[in-house]
Amino acid sequence: MIKVLFFAGIREALGIDQLELELEGIQTVRQLKEQILKEHQLPTLKQSMTAINESFVTDQEEIKEGDTVAFIPPVSGG
Amino acid sequence: MEHKLFEIVDQPINIEELRHKVERREAGAITTFVGTVREFTGEKKTLYLEYQAYQSMAEKMLEQIGHEIKKKWPEAQVAITHRVGRLEIMDAAVVIAVSAPHRKTAYEANEYAIERIKEIVPIWKKEFWDDGTQWIGNQLETINYPEGKPIEKGEF
Repeated sequence: MIKVLFFAGIREALGIDQLELELEGIQTVRQLKEQILKEHQLPTLKQSMTAINESFVTDQEEIKEGDTVAFIPPVSGG
Repeated sequence: MEHKLFEIVDQPINIEELRHKVERREAGAITTFVGTVREFTGEKKTLYLEYQAYQSMAEKMLEQIGHEIKKKWPEAQVAITHRVGRLEIMDAAVVIAVSAPHRKTAYEANEYAIERIKEIVPIWKKEFWDDGTQWIGNQLETINYPEGKPIEKGEF
């Protein structure tokens, strides 16, 4: 089981701020993104960064059981 | 005294408090930057803003900016507070205080901090206009992360 967090426009488009899901063959961030894009219309997901357990990672990063994955759309703080 | 140097809050920011967090005998200068809510961007009139953060990670990234600054300017001491929730025109969204023995370092490190906040800290701004709303940062599709992550500065 992993936890996936959504923020800003992605959170609004999905209507949820997080979900828990089984990895079921998903090994990398890229595969997780593809899986989500299969089920939802989320153009902003492609431009988003990804964090695993609060550290930025690349799309090639491996996801492990128990990880918290967060999609980080382009930030606009300040 | 335990006080957090890097903080996300949902209440108005006390600027004086940040200045106190970095003041010390070695300092000859303290710069404070206050990022405020602007009413007009071009023709567009903002009614109010809403900031959202991935709080735990945002505080971690602010701390990372602190480490980067320590590396570049070992004599600088920095404190950053960013506010989230609904903010009205002229409210302070972010305050950065930097103390240093000399003013040049205090100015430079302070500017570095705000530039990095805009790159790596997971905080988002939603604009409320009289004719609609928009999460800022993604609508122009001008920002891309070819690697899926931001550019790293320093070794972390």
